[in-house]
Amino acid sequence: MPILSTDSLEIGYAKRKSRNLVQADLNLKLFQGEMVCLIGPNGSGKSTLMRTLSGVQKSLGGKISLDSQDISRFSQKELALMIALVLTDKIEVDNATVRDVVALGQHPYMHWLGGMSEKGKEKINKAIRLAHLEHKKFTFINELSDGEKQRVMIAKALAQDTPLIFLDEPTAHLDLPSRVDIMLLLHKLAHTTGKAILISTHELDLALQAGDRIWLMSENDGIETGVPEDLVLNGTFNQVFQNESYHFNTTNGNFSMNYPLTKKVNLIGDNMRMYWTLRALARIGISVEPDAGTKIEITDKGWTMDKSLYPTIESLLKALA
Amino acid sequence: MTVLPKNIIPCPHSSFRRFGGIIFFLMFLFLLDLAWGSIRIPITDVFNTFLGKGSDEIYSEILINFRLPKAITAILAGSALSVSGLMMQTLFRNPLADPYVLGVSSGASLGAALVMMTTGIIAGSAGSWIVVIAAIAGAALVMMLVVGVSFKVQSAVSLLIVGIMFGTIVSSIVGVLQYFSNPDAIKLFVMWNLGSLSAVTWEHLKILTPIILIGLILTYSLQRRLDGLLLGENYAKGLGISIVQTRIFIVIITSLLSGAVTAFTGPIGFVGIAVPHIARGIFKTASHRILIPASILLGAVLILICDIVSQILAYTLPINTISSLFGAPVIIWIILKRR
Repeated sequence: MPILSTDSLEIGYAKRKSRNLVQADLNLKLFQGEMVCLIGPNGSGKSTLMRTLSGVQKSLGGKISLDSQDISRFSQKELALMIALVLTDKIEVDNATVRDVVALGQHPYMHWLGGMSEKGKEKINKAIRLAHLEHKKFTFINELSDGEKQRVMIAKALAQDTPLIFLDEPTAHLDLPSRVDIMLLLHKLAHTTGKAILISTHELDLALQAGDRIWLMSENDGIETGVPEDLVLNGTFNQVFQNESYHFNTTNGNFSMNYPLTKKVNLIGDNMRMYWTLRALARIGISVEPDAGTKIEITDKGWTMDKSLYPTIESLLKALA
Repeated sequence: MTVLPKNIIPCPHSSFRRFGGIIFFLMFLFLLDLAWGSIRIPITDVFNTFLGKGSDEIYSEILINFRLPKAITAILAGSALSVSGLMMQTLFRNPLADPYVLGVSSGASLGAALVMMTTGIIAGSAGSWIVVIAAIAGAALVMMLVVGVSFKVQSAVSLLIVGIMFGTIVSSIVGVLQYFSNPDAIKLFVMWNLGSLSAVTWEHLKILTPIILIGLILTYSLQRRLDGLLLGENYAKGLGISIVQTRIFIVIITSLLSGAVTAFTGPIGFVGIAVPHIARGIFKTASHRILIPASILLGAVLILICDIVSQILAYTLPINTISSLFGAPVIIWIILKRR
């Protein structure tokens, strides 16, 4: 049974006179214990979908079911017990330690005079442990790095003890090691805590590696869902990200830039160097065809062309220019 | 080799000790405020009067009819303004917000100005209830406008701007009134605007005290919501806090506290903006459970200090001037210490 499901959902913006439909006929499911990555080009409606699913924004039609109940039946407080959010809002609090911020996750459970139960304290400590922040428990939050701050917000969402966690661009503004760290952490959390985790992200490569399912959103063709590798191999990624300047490269799961290719060479050799040579040649406008006049051979010693040996790609490119 | 945590685990006892120290300092200042003035009353006489053994009639008269209400007013005003400032700073996530930012005190000024400049009634004289009532009416009017706007506005920043604009409009009207008034009326109003703790009588305190106490208790009951607002309104919503409802509670309580104080004493600046920062500096926490009582006590301390200072010199200086002269360097010191 999915913890969240939509039925012919329509999302968008409605003012008094106009109605701006961003996506329609969405039938999505979120299961506990899975991490789902919502990917799509800018403007396709990822943020709108996240806001609508978390109850912050009204849908334009259709139904959202949370734990088999219509989401409109939930009060704001009850929603806070079901969905925890991690946003991109900047956190600027003086004199708050990591523990203080994570403790805010227990806010919906606390007595109005601010007292916390033993169970609540346990949940906070567990959340801090799961996010690997024990050694920074009493550090002031504005002394942390961006990656650590993000882990604090994730710990806070964990402390909120909800079956669902939604994250909006959790890796934005982070350096690469932090990005990998966060995506790995989220994947692990989904599987160890049994929560359903939904992330909207531009982090294509990491999403394909860490996500159990992908929701691939396109501007006009709705949302395709599936296991990442299936969506890659059946061409869906190619279709959604079609563009003059780049294409989705099925071989390496990245975007390859479309350089204008004007010259041709023939390239022989079948080790790892082939792939990187291809990339370098494409950048200077050379495509690789078997029937081309110039022939380059990749050997252990380097690149051979017209009986000359080039030890590096740089020297080869200079010769071809 | 043991690895020590980067911050020593905070000991709750240190908070108790600090609170204890501040309370003792407050009681000391209270006595000092009663003893010092244009006539120095020896502390022993102060105690005697309270114990009912007062021998000197003049001292008793001064203490009971002038100094005691003044000191109590100081404590009430200091706590009310500080706690209002704290709430404003949390709601708008702006360290420069003060209790007057919603324009409610400007409304009080308008009420007072209308009365004083049209009828020439001096605040502090027998007719001064009219000034107080007019000031309360003015404050209430602006408060209702701000509450009305709270429903419609998207973010807290918008509410802040609207509040500041209301204040500006009202201040301009006061300026127009001043322009058309005679010099005596203007002087009256200017004196009122400089703030005065001594104009408040026991009769006034019968009304002011319960209002302030209720306001302070209501503020303490909001502590959880105020904590939730620390990360911003979007996260607060995600934690289940009703933003519109919270905004309105805060606006009403702040208006009650700052409006009531202003109606009786005139505007007193800088206490509301400086004390929350001092509280944060001393207790090093963001938790409102601690900051609210801390602001109450430190606000009382600050105003008592200002009152004592204003009497030390040959002429009694207006409280508003002293509090600003005192408050601004404190803020600069805090900011320099932080960076």
